[in-house]
Amino acid sequence: MNNVNDVLNILIIDDEEGMCMGASRALSSTQVFIDDLNIIVGFSSRAVHSYSEYKTEIVNHKYDLILLDYKLPDGSGLDILQELNEQSKETLVIMMTAYATFETAVQATKLGAYDFLAKPFTPEELRNSVRKAATRFVLAKRAKSFEEEKRKIRFEFISVLSHELKSPINAIDGYLKLLHEGSITPDSENYQMAIERSLLRLEGMRKLIFDLLDMTRIESGQKTRKIEPINLIAIINLLIEQNTYEAKLNGITLNLVSPNELSMDGDQSELEIILNNLINNAIKYNRTNGTVDITVNDTPTQVEIQIKDSGIGLEPYEQDKLFKDFVRIKNTDTMNIQGSGLGLSTVKKIAALYEGTVSVTSQKGIGSTFCVTLKKYLNNTISPKIVT
Amino acid sequence: MSKIKKNILLVDDDVDYLFQKKLELEKEGFNVFTAHSIKPARKILEEMQIDLAIVDLMMQEKDDGFVLSYQIKSSWPKTPVIMVTGVTAQTGLEFDTITENEKKWIKADTIFTKPVRAEQLVREIRRLLANE
Repeated sequence: MNNVNDVLNILIIDDEEGMCMGASRALSSTQVFIDDLNIIVGFSSRAVHSYSEYKTEIVNHKYDLILLDYKLPDGSGLDILQELNEQSKETLVIMMTAYATFETAVQATKLGAYDFLAKPFTPEELRNSVRKAATRFVLAKRAKSFEEEKRKIRFEFISVLSHELKSPINAIDGYLKLLHEGSITPDSENYQMAIERSLLRLEGMRKLIFDLLDMTRIESGQKTRKIEPINLIAIINLLIEQNTYEAKLNGITLNLVSPNELSMDGDQSELEIILNNLINNAIKYNRTNGTVDITVNDTPTQVEIQIKDSGIGLEPYEQDKLFKDFVRIKNTDTMNIQGSGLGLSTVKKIAALYEGTVSVTSQKGIGSTFCVTLKKYLNNTISPKIVT
Repeated sequence: MSKIKKNILLVDDDVDYLFQKKLELEKEGFNVFTAHSIKPARKILEEMQIDLAIVDLMMQEKDDGFVLSYQIKSSWPKTPVIMVTGVTAQTGLEFDTITENEKKWIKADTIFTKPVRAEQLVREIRRLLANE
Protein backbone atom coordinates (compact mmCIF):
# COMPACT_ATOMS: atom_id res chain seq x y z
CA MET A 1 0.00 0.00 0.00
CA ASN A 2 1.24 3.47 -0.83
CA ASN A 3 1.13 6.45 1.46
CA VAL A 4 -2.12 8.30 1.02
CA ASN A 5 -2.36 12.09 0.63
CA ASP A 6 -5.98 12.35 1.68
CA VAL A 7 -8.47 10.15 3.53
CA LEU A 8 -12.17 10.29 2.73
CA ASN A 9 -14.72 9.43 5.40
CA ILE A 10 -17.39 6.97 4.34
CA LEU A 11 -20.58 6.24 6.24
CA ILE A 12 -22.28 2.92 5.51
CA ILE A 13 -25.99 2.93 6.35
CA ASP A 14 -27.46 -0.58 6.19
CA ASP A 15 -29.42 -2.74 8.64
CA GLU A 16 -27.59 -5.93 7.57
CA GLU A 17 -24.50 -6.30 9.76
CA GLY A 18 -22.85 -8.67 7.25
CA MET A 19 -23.25 -6.08 4.50
CA CYS A 20 -21.65 -3.37 6.65
CA MET A 21 -18.68 -5.54 7.60
CA GLY A 22 -18.12 -6.73 4.05
CA ALA A 23 -18.19 -3.20 2.65
CA SER A 24 -15.86 -1.90 5.41
CA ARG A 25 -13.38 -4.66 4.70
CA ALA A 26 -13.44 -4.06 0.94
CA LEU A 27 -12.88 -0.32 1.42
CA SER A 28 -10.14 -0.57 4.05
CA SER A 29 -7.77 -1.96 1.42
CA THR A 30 -8.91 0.39 -1.37
CA GLN A 31 -6.95 3.34 -2.66
CA VAL A 32 -7.68 5.68 -5.51
CA PHE A 33 -5.04 7.43 -7.55
CA ILE A 34 -6.36 10.76 -8.81
CA ASP A 35 -4.54 11.35 -12.03
CA ASP A 36 -5.23 15.05 -12.50
CA LEU A 37 -3.94 15.98 -9.05
CA ASN A 38 -1.33 13.25 -8.72
CA ILE A 39 -2.56 12.23 -5.28
CA ILE A 40 -3.61 8.97 -3.62
CA VAL A 41 -6.83 8.84 -1.62
CA GLY A 42 -7.62 6.23 1.03
CA PHE A 43 -10.82 5.56 2.98
CA SER A 44 -11.96 5.32 6.55
CA SER A 45 -15.43 3.92 7.11
CA ARG A 46 -18.04 3.63 9.83
CA ALA A 47 -21.40 1.86 9.81
CA VAL A 48 -24.83 2.67 11.26
CA HIS A 49 -27.89 0.46 10.94
CA SER A 50 -30.95 2.71 10.98
CA TYR A 51 -32.31 6.18 10.19
CA SER A 52 -32.24 7.16 13.87
CA GLU A 53 -28.61 6.01 14.30
CA TYR A 54 -27.75 8.06 11.22
CA LYS A 55 -29.34 11.16 12.75
CA THR A 56 -27.25 10.78 15.91
CA GLU A 57 -24.08 10.00 13.97
CA ILE A 58 -24.14 13.09 11.72
CA VAL A 59 -24.45 15.51 14.64
CA ASN A 60 -20.76 15.15 15.41
CA HIS A 61 -19.24 13.70 12.25
CA LYS A 62 -18.81 14.85 8.71
CA TYR A 63 -18.86 12.33 5.87
CA ASP A 64 -17.63 12.69 2.32
CA LEU A 65 -19.32 9.62 0.86
CA ILE A 66 -22.38 7.68 2.01
CA LEU A 67 -23.25 4.10 1.04
CA LEU A 68 -26.98 4.11 1.60
CA ASP A 69 -29.40 1.20 1.76
CA TYR A 70 -32.73 1.85 0.13
CA LYS A 71 -34.77 0.16 2.87
CA LEU A 72 -34.06 0.90 6.53
CA PRO A 73 -35.96 -0.56 9.52
CA ASP A 74 -37.22 2.88 10.63
CA GLY A 75 -37.43 4.73 7.33
CA SER A 76 -36.38 4.96 3.73
CA GLY A 77 -32.93 5.75 2.39
CA LEU A 78 -34.72 8.20 0.11
CA ASP A 79 -35.57 10.38 3.15
CA ILE A 80 -31.89 10.68 3.97
CA LEU A 81 -31.14 11.45 0.34
CA GLN A 82 -33.79 14.16 0.34
CA GLU A 83 -32.44 15.73 3.54
CA LEU A 84 -28.91 15.84 2.13
CA ASN A 85 -30.24 17.29 -1.07
CA GLU A 86 -32.07 20.08 0.78
CA GLN A 87 -28.98 20.93 2.81
CA SER A 88 -27.05 21.04 -0.48
CA LYS A 89 -24.22 19.06 1.12
CA GLU A 90 -21.15 18.16 -0.90
CA THR A 91 -21.53 14.58 0.31
CA LEU A 92 -21.89 12.03 -2.51
CA VAL A 93 -24.33 9.17 -2.02
CA ILE A 94 -24.20 5.68 -3.54
CA MET A 95 -27.59 3.94 -3.19
CA MET A 96 -27.58 0.18 -2.52
CA THR A 97 -30.70 -1.85 -2.87
CA ALA A 98 -32.03 -5.33 -3.36
CA TYR A 99 -35.18 -3.84 -4.86
CA ALA A 100 -33.42 -2.58 -7.92
CA THR A 101 -36.13 -1.48 -10.24
CA PHE A 102 -35.94 1.18 -12.90
CA GLU A 103 -38.31 3.40 -10.89
CA THR A 104 -36.26 3.33 -7.69
CA ALA A 105 -33.10 4.13 -9.67
CA VAL A 106 -34.78 7.11 -11.33
CA GLN A 107 -36.20 8.31 -8.02
CA ALA A 108 -32.82 8.07 -6.29
CA THR A 109 -31.03 9.85 -9.11
CA LYS A 110 -33.62 12.62 -9.08
CA LEU A 111 -32.95 13.12 -5.39
CA GLY A 112 -29.25 13.49 -6.11
CA ALA A 113 -27.75 10.02 -5.65
CA TYR A 114 -24.41 9.86 -7.40
CA ASP A 115 -24.48 6.13 -8.23
CA PHE A 116 -26.64 3.07 -7.83
CA LEU A 117 -25.56 -0.45 -6.82
CA ALA A 118 -27.92 -3.42 -7.11
CA LYS A 119 -27.58 -6.01 -4.35
CA PRO A 120 -25.95 -8.46 -4.36
CA PHE A 121 -22.74 -6.83 -5.69
CA THR A 122 -19.13 -8.01 -5.63
CA PRO A 123 -16.44 -6.18 -3.63
CA GLU A 124 -14.92 -5.12 -6.96
CA GLU A 125 -18.20 -3.56 -8.10
CA LEU A 126 -18.34 -1.65 -4.81
CA ARG A 127 -14.73 -0.51 -5.17
CA ASN A 128 -15.31 0.69 -8.72
CA SER A 129 -18.30 2.73 -7.71
CA VAL A 130 -16.48 4.23 -4.70
CA ARG A 131 -13.42 5.00 -6.83
CA LYS A 132 -15.55 6.97 -9.27
CA ALA A 133 -17.35 8.83 -6.50
CA ALA A 134 -14.08 9.59 -4.67
CA THR A 135 -12.48 11.03 -7.79
CA ARG A 136 -15.50 13.21 -8.41
CA PHE A 137 -15.61 14.33 -4.76
CA VAL A 138 -11.94 15.29 -4.56
CA LEU A 139 -11.96 17.12 -7.88
CA ALA A 140 -15.12 19.05 -6.96
CA LYS A 141 -13.60 20.03 -3.61
CA ARG A 142 -10.40 21.25 -5.26
CA ALA A 143 -12.31 23.20 -7.88
CA LYS A 144 -14.32 24.91 -5.16
CA SER A 145 -11.31 25.93 -3.08
CA PHE A 146 -9.57 27.16 -6.21
CA GLU A 147 -12.60 29.33 -7.05
CA GLU A 148 -12.66 30.75 -3.52
CA GLU A 149 -8.97 31.56 -3.67
CA LYS A 150 -9.44 33.31 -7.00
CA ARG A 151 -12.34 35.34 -5.64
CA LYS A 152 -10.30 36.38 -2.62
CA ILE A 153 -7.34 37.49 -4.71
CA ARG A 154 -9.62 39.46 -7.03
CA PHE A 155 -11.31 41.16 -4.07
CA GLU A 156 -7.99 42.15 -2.51
CA PHE A 157 -6.71 43.45 -5.82
CA ILE A 158 -9.76 45.62 -6.41
CA SER A 159 -9.67 46.94 -2.84
CA VAL A 160 -6.03 47.98 -3.11
CA LEU A 161 -6.59 49.40 -6.56
CA SER A 162 -9.47 51.58 -5.43
CA HIS A 163 -7.35 52.86 -2.57
CA GLU A 164 -4.51 53.68 -4.99
CA LEU A 165 -6.92 55.60 -7.21
CA LYS A 166 -8.65 57.33 -4.32
CA SER A 167 -5.47 58.76 -2.76
CA PRO A 168 -4.53 61.04 -5.68
CA ILE A 169 -8.16 62.13 -6.11
CA ASN A 170 -8.34 63.08 -2.43
CA ALA A 171 -5.03 64.94 -2.69
CA ILE A 172 -6.03 66.94 -5.78
CA ASP A 173 -9.49 67.54 -4.34
CA GLY A 174 -7.88 68.89 -1.17
CA TYR A 175 -5.64 71.34 -3.03
CA LEU A 176 -8.50 72.56 -5.22
CA LYS A 177 -10.66 73.20 -2.15
CA LEU A 178 -7.87 75.13 -0.44
CA LEU A 179 -7.46 77.24 -3.59
CA HIS A 180 -11.19 77.64 -4.00
CA GLU A 181 -11.88 78.81 -0.45
CA GLY A 182 -8.91 81.16 -0.61
CA SER A 183 -6.77 79.39 2.01
CA ILE A 184 -4.05 79.36 -0.62
CA THR A 185 -3.89 82.56 -2.67
CA PRO A 186 -1.82 83.24 -5.83
CA ASP A 187 0.55 85.46 -3.86
CA SER A 188 1.19 82.89 -1.11
CA GLU A 189 4.31 80.77 -1.12
CA ASN A 190 2.24 77.58 -1.27
CA TYR A 191 0.40 78.47 -4.46
CA GLN A 192 2.96 77.07 -6.90
CA MET A 193 3.51 74.04 -4.73
CA ALA A 194 -0.20 73.19 -4.56
CA ILE A 195 -0.46 73.28 -8.34
CA GLU A 196 2.74 71.31 -8.90
CA ARG A 197 1.70 68.61 -6.41
CA SER A 198 -1.72 68.34 -8.05
CA LEU A 199 -0.13 67.88 -11.46
CA LEU A 200 2.29 65.33 -10.04
CA ARG A 201 -0.50 63.29 -8.44
CA LEU A 202 -2.45 63.40 -11.71
CA GLU A 203 0.60 62.13 -13.53
CA GLY A 204 0.92 59.34 -10.99
CA MET A 205 -2.69 58.37 -11.54
CA ARG A 206 -2.24 58.37 -15.29
CA LYS A 207 0.79 56.14 -14.87
CA LEU A 208 -1.20 53.78 -12.66
CA ILE A 209 -3.91 53.47 -15.29
CA PHE A 210 -1.38 52.80 -18.06
CA ASP A 211 0.47 50.23 -15.94
CA LEU A 212 -2.81 48.62 -15.05
CA LEU A 213 -3.71 48.31 -18.73
CA ASP A 214 -0.30 46.77 -19.46
CA MET A 215 -0.74 44.30 -16.63
CA THR A 216 -4.29 43.37 -17.61
CA ARG A 217 -3.19 42.77 -21.18
CA ILE A 218 -0.42 40.44 -20.04
CA GLU A 219 -2.48 38.61 -17.41
CA SER A 220 -5.71 38.17 -19.34
CA GLY A 221 -3.87 36.40 -22.13
CA GLN A 222 -6.26 38.16 -24.47
CA LYS A 223 -3.62 40.20 -26.12
CA THR A 224 -2.28 38.29 -29.08
CA ARG A 225 1.43 37.97 -28.67
CA LYS A 226 3.25 38.69 -31.84
CA ILE A 227 6.48 36.78 -31.47
CA GLU A 228 8.92 37.65 -34.20
CA PRO A 229 12.66 38.16 -34.65
CA ILE A 230 13.52 41.45 -32.99
CA ASN A 231 16.66 43.54 -32.63
CA LEU A 232 16.73 44.15 -28.87
CA ILE A 233 19.39 46.84 -29.14
CA ALA A 234 17.17 48.94 -31.42
CA ILE A 235 14.43 48.82 -28.77
CA ILE A 236 16.86 49.87 -26.03
CA ASN A 237 18.16 52.77 -28.14
CA LEU A 238 14.63 53.95 -28.81
CA LEU A 239 13.72 53.84 -25.12
CA ILE A 240 16.92 55.67 -24.16
CA GLU A 241 15.93 58.39 -26.61
CA GLN A 242 12.40 58.58 -25.14
CA ASN A 243 13.74 58.85 -21.60
CA THR A 244 16.51 61.35 -22.37
CA TYR A 245 14.36 64.42 -21.70
CA GLU A 246 13.45 63.30 -18.19
CA ALA A 247 17.06 62.26 -17.53
CA LYS A 248 18.44 65.64 -18.66
CA LEU A 249 16.12 67.52 -16.29
CA ASN A 250 18.16 66.04 -13.45
CA GLY A 251 21.52 65.95 -15.23
CA ILE A 252 21.47 62.15 -15.45
CA THR A 253 23.66 60.43 -18.06
CA LEU A 254 22.48 57.25 -19.80
CA ASN A 255 25.20 54.84 -21.01
CA LEU A 256 24.80 51.69 -23.07
CA VAL A 257 27.36 48.90 -23.40
CA SER A 258 26.13 46.25 -25.82
CA PRO A 259 26.71 44.48 -29.10
CA ASN A 260 25.61 46.53 -32.13
CA GLU A 261 22.79 44.16 -32.82
CA LEU A 262 21.09 41.37 -30.91
CA SER A 263 18.42 39.25 -32.48
CA MET A 264 15.91 37.36 -30.37
CA ASP A 265 12.35 36.14 -30.67
CA GLY A 266 9.98 38.38 -28.82
CA ASP A 267 6.92 40.58 -28.76
CA GLN A 268 7.95 44.19 -29.33
CA SER A 269 5.47 45.71 -26.86
CA GLU A 270 6.32 43.24 -24.09
CA LEU A 271 10.05 43.93 -24.36
CA GLU A 272 9.32 47.66 -24.40
CA ILE A 273 7.31 47.40 -21.18
CA ILE A 274 10.15 45.54 -19.41
CA LEU A 275 12.92 47.85 -20.55
CA ASN A 276 10.99 51.09 -20.22
CA ASN A 277 9.99 50.29 -16.64
CA LEU A 278 13.58 49.54 -15.65
CA ILE A 279 15.17 52.48 -17.49
CA ASN A 280 12.53 54.90 -16.25
CA ASN A 281 12.90 53.65 -12.65
CA ALA A 282 16.69 54.05 -12.88
CA ILE A 283 16.13 57.71 -13.78
CA LYS A 284 13.33 58.40 -11.30
CA TYR A 285 15.09 56.87 -8.33
CA ASN A 286 18.48 58.38 -9.17
CA ARG A 287 20.25 61.40 -7.69
CA THR A 288 20.91 64.69 -9.47
CA ASN A 289 23.80 64.34 -11.96
CA GLY A 290 23.74 60.56 -11.53
CA THR A 291 24.30 57.83 -14.09
CA VAL A 292 22.36 54.92 -15.56
CA ASP A 293 24.51 52.15 -17.03
CA ILE A 294 22.79 49.65 -19.26
CA THR A 295 24.79 46.53 -20.12
CA VAL A 296 23.59 43.81 -22.47
CA ASN A 297 25.27 40.39 -22.42
CA ASP A 298 24.47 38.02 -25.25
CA THR A 299 24.80 34.23 -24.98
CA PRO A 300 23.64 31.59 -27.49
CA THR A 301 20.43 30.86 -25.55
CA GLN A 302 19.69 33.87 -23.41
CA VAL A 303 20.19 37.57 -23.07
CA GLU A 304 21.05 39.34 -19.84
CA ILE A 305 20.27 43.02 -19.40
CA GLN A 306 21.69 44.93 -16.44
CA ILE A 307 20.45 48.37 -15.53
CA LYS A 308 22.56 50.04 -12.90
CA ASP A 309 21.72 53.37 -11.29
CA SER A 310 23.56 55.63 -8.87
CA GLY A 311 20.41 56.44 -6.96
CA ILE A 312 18.80 56.16 -3.56
CA GLY A 313 19.15 52.38 -3.27
CA LEU A 314 17.12 49.96 -1.19
CA GLU A 315 17.26 48.45 2.27
CA PRO A 316 17.43 44.61 2.22
CA TYR A 317 13.85 44.28 3.54
CA GLU A 318 12.63 46.60 0.79
CA GLN A 319 14.25 44.44 -1.88
CA ASP A 320 12.28 41.37 -0.77
CA LYS A 321 8.86 42.81 -1.50
CA LEU A 322 9.71 44.94 -4.52
CA PHE A 323 8.24 42.68 -7.22
CA LYS A 324 4.78 42.27 -5.72
CA ASP A 325 1.64 44.06 -6.98
CA PHE A 326 1.14 47.60 -5.63
CA VAL A 327 4.30 47.62 -3.57
CA ARG A 328 5.86 51.05 -3.38
CA ILE A 329 8.74 51.83 -1.13
CA LYS A 330 7.67 54.84 0.89
CA ASN A 331 10.28 56.96 2.62
CA THR A 332 11.58 60.53 2.51
CA ASP A 333 13.62 59.73 -0.61
CA THR A 334 10.61 58.49 -2.58
CA MET A 335 7.80 60.76 -1.47
CA ASN A 336 8.08 63.08 -4.46
CA ILE A 337 8.40 60.24 -6.98
CA GLN A 338 5.24 58.97 -8.60
CA GLY A 339 4.80 55.27 -9.26
CA SER A 340 1.93 52.83 -9.43
CA GLY A 341 3.59 49.95 -7.64
CA LEU A 342 2.71 47.79 -10.62
CA GLY A 343 5.71 48.36 -12.90
CA LEU A 344 8.12 45.84 -11.43
CA SER A 345 5.48 43.18 -10.84
CA THR A 346 4.54 43.45 -14.51
CA VAL A 347 8.22 43.22 -15.48
CA LYS A 348 8.46 40.01 -13.50
CA LYS A 349 5.32 38.56 -15.10
CA ILE A 350 6.55 39.33 -18.62
CA ALA A 351 10.03 37.95 -17.89
CA ALA A 352 8.33 34.70 -16.90
CA LEU A 353 6.77 34.53 -20.36
CA TYR A 354 10.35 34.39 -21.68
CA GLU A 355 11.29 31.73 -19.11
CA GLY A 356 13.37 34.48 -17.59
CA THR A 357 14.00 36.16 -14.25
CA VAL A 358 14.37 39.62 -12.81
CA SER A 359 16.44 40.36 -9.74
CA VAL A 360 17.92 43.28 -7.86
CA THR A 361 21.08 43.96 -5.91
CA SER A 362 21.21 47.22 -4.07
CA GLN A 363 22.92 49.29 -1.45
CA LYS A 364 21.06 52.04 0.38
CA GLY A 365 22.37 55.44 -0.66
CA ILE A 366 24.65 54.02 -3.36
CA GLY A 367 22.37 52.58 -6.02
CA SER A 368 20.58 49.57 -7.40
CA THR A 369 21.27 47.14 -10.23
CA PHE A 370 18.33 45.35 -11.83
CA CYS A 371 19.13 42.30 -13.88
CA VAL A 372 16.74 40.66 -16.35
CA THR A 373 17.45 37.42 -18.16
CA LEU A 374 15.29 36.36 -21.09
CA LYS A 375 15.39 33.26 -23.25
CA LYS A 376 16.10 34.27 -26.82
CA TYR A 377 14.22 31.48 -28.52
CA LEU A 378 11.07 30.01 -27.02
CA ASN A 379 9.39 26.61 -27.44
CA ASN A 380 12.70 25.02 -28.37
CA THR A 381 12.79 26.97 -31.58
CA ILE A 382 16.30 26.90 -32.94
CA SER A 383 18.24 30.03 -33.73
CA PRO A 384 17.30 31.12 -37.25
CA LYS A 385 20.05 30.35 -39.72
CA ILE A 386 21.53 33.27 -41.52
CA VAL A 387 20.90 32.83 -45.23
CA THR A 388 23.65 34.20 -47.39
CA MET B 1 -10.08 76.96 25.37
CA SER B 2 -6.94 78.39 26.86
CA LYS B 3 -5.07 81.10 25.02
CA ILE B 4 -1.93 78.98 24.62
CA LYS B 5 -1.95 77.24 21.26
CA LYS B 6 -2.26 73.45 21.53
CA ASN B 7 0.36 71.27 19.83
CA ILE B 8 -0.97 68.64 17.47
CA LEU B 9 1.06 65.85 15.88
CA LEU B 10 -0.18 64.69 12.51
CA VAL B 11 1.21 61.39 11.14
CA ASP B 12 0.41 60.13 7.63
CA ASP B 13 2.49 58.76 4.77
CA ASP B 14 0.68 60.93 2.20
CA VAL B 15 2.61 64.21 2.03
CA ASP B 16 -0.28 66.02 0.36
CA TYR B 17 -2.69 64.96 3.07
CA LEU B 18 -0.18 66.15 5.70
CA PHE B 19 0.21 69.53 4.05
CA GLN B 20 -3.52 70.11 3.57
CA LYS B 21 -4.55 69.02 7.05
CA LYS B 22 -1.75 71.08 8.60
CA LEU B 23 -3.02 74.16 6.80
CA GLU B 24 -6.62 73.48 7.86
CA LEU B 25 -5.70 72.92 11.50
CA GLU B 26 -3.39 75.93 11.66
CA LYS B 27 -6.30 78.04 10.45
CA GLU B 28 -8.24 76.73 13.44
CA GLY B 29 -5.54 77.99 15.75
CA PHE B 30 -3.46 74.90 16.44
CA ASN B 31 0.29 74.39 16.23
CA VAL B 32 0.79 71.46 13.87
CA PHE B 33 3.81 69.16 13.64
CA THR B 34 3.88 66.60 10.84
CA ALA B 35 5.64 63.26 10.36
CA HIS B 36 5.34 60.72 7.55
CA SER B 37 6.36 57.64 9.51
CA ILE B 38 6.89 56.23 13.00
CA LYS B 39 10.50 57.30 13.46
CA PRO B 40 10.16 61.07 12.95
CA ALA B 41 6.84 60.94 14.83
CA ARG B 42 8.56 59.47 17.88
CA LYS B 43 11.28 62.09 17.68
CA ILE B 44 8.70 64.88 17.78
CA LEU B 45 6.87 63.22 20.66
CA GLU B 46 10.09 62.99 22.66
CA GLU B 47 11.17 66.57 22.00
CA MET B 48 7.86 68.42 22.14
CA GLN B 49 4.93 68.65 24.47
CA ILE B 50 2.27 67.15 22.19
CA ASP B 51 -1.34 67.67 23.30
CA LEU B 52 -3.01 65.39 20.77
CA ALA B 53 -1.93 63.02 17.99
CA ILE B 54 -3.72 62.18 14.73
CA VAL B 55 -2.36 58.95 13.28
CA ASP B 56 -3.11 57.32 9.94
CA LEU B 57 -3.48 53.58 10.28
CA MET B 58 -1.74 52.53 7.08
CA MET B 59 1.76 53.71 6.71
CA GLN B 60 4.87 52.08 5.27
CA GLU B 61 4.14 48.86 7.09
CA LYS B 62 0.47 48.15 7.28
CA ASP B 63 0.25 48.08 11.05
CA ASP B 64 2.50 51.08 11.72
CA GLY B 65 -0.49 53.19 12.77
CA PHE B 66 -1.51 50.62 15.38
CA VAL B 67 2.07 50.36 16.64
CA LEU B 68 2.50 54.12 16.95
CA SER B 69 -0.84 54.58 18.70
CA TYR B 70 0.10 51.83 21.11
CA GLN B 71 3.46 53.46 21.81
CA ILE B 72 1.88 56.86 22.38
CA LYS B 73 -0.64 55.39 24.80
CA SER B 74 2.12 53.51 26.66
CA SER B 75 4.56 56.39 26.98
CA TRP B 76 2.15 59.33 27.07
CA PRO B 77 -1.11 57.81 28.36
CA LYS B 78 -2.81 61.19 28.75
CA THR B 79 -2.30 62.25 25.12
CA PRO B 80 -5.50 61.70 23.12
CA VAL B 81 -5.06 59.79 19.86
CA ILE B 82 -7.32 60.04 16.84
CA MET B 83 -6.80 57.23 14.39
CA VAL B 84 -7.69 57.93 10.78
CA THR B 85 -8.06 55.08 8.38
CA GLY B 86 -9.01 54.16 4.86
CA VAL B 87 -8.85 50.55 5.94
CA THR B 88 -12.56 49.76 6.19
CA ALA B 89 -13.10 50.16 2.50
CA GLN B 90 -9.84 48.52 1.72
CA THR B 91 -9.89 45.27 3.61
CA GLY B 92 -13.47 44.93 4.71
CA LEU B 93 -12.04 45.10 8.23
CA GLU B 94 -14.40 47.06 10.41
CA PHE B 95 -13.74 48.20 13.90
CA ASP B 96 -14.67 50.98 16.21
CA THR B 97 -14.01 52.07 19.75
CA ILE B 98 -17.48 51.15 20.90
CA THR B 99 -16.88 47.95 22.85
CA GLU B 100 -14.51 47.59 25.79
CA ASN B 101 -12.95 44.56 24.18
CA GLU B 102 -12.03 46.50 21.07
CA LYS B 103 -10.65 49.33 23.19
CA LYS B 104 -8.18 46.90 24.73
CA TRP B 105 -6.29 46.30 21.54
CA ILE B 106 -6.93 49.48 19.56
CA LYS B 107 -5.15 52.19 21.44
CA ALA B 108 -7.03 55.20 20.15
CA ASP B 109 -9.65 57.51 21.60
CA THR B 110 -11.47 57.99 18.31
CA ILE B 111 -11.39 56.31 14.93
CA PHE B 112 -12.35 58.11 11.74
CA THR B 113 -12.69 56.64 8.27
CA LYS B 114 -11.21 58.71 5.43
CA PRO B 115 -12.19 61.09 3.99
CA VAL B 116 -12.66 63.05 7.21
CA ARG B 117 -14.41 66.42 6.93
CA ALA B 118 -12.40 69.28 8.38
CA GLU B 119 -15.12 70.46 10.78
CA GLN B 120 -15.69 66.89 11.99
CA LEU B 121 -11.99 66.53 12.81
CA VAL B 122 -11.76 69.93 14.50
CA ARG B 123 -14.86 69.25 16.62
CA GLU B 124 -13.39 65.97 17.81
CA ILE B 125 -10.00 67.56 18.57
CA ARG B 126 -11.71 70.27 20.69
CA ARG B 127 -13.81 67.64 22.49
CA LEU B 128 -10.81 65.48 23.37
CA LEU B 129 -8.70 68.46 24.43
CA ALA B 130 -11.52 69.70 26.64
CA ASN B 131 -11.68 66.32 28.40
CA GLU B 132 -8.00 66.36 29.08
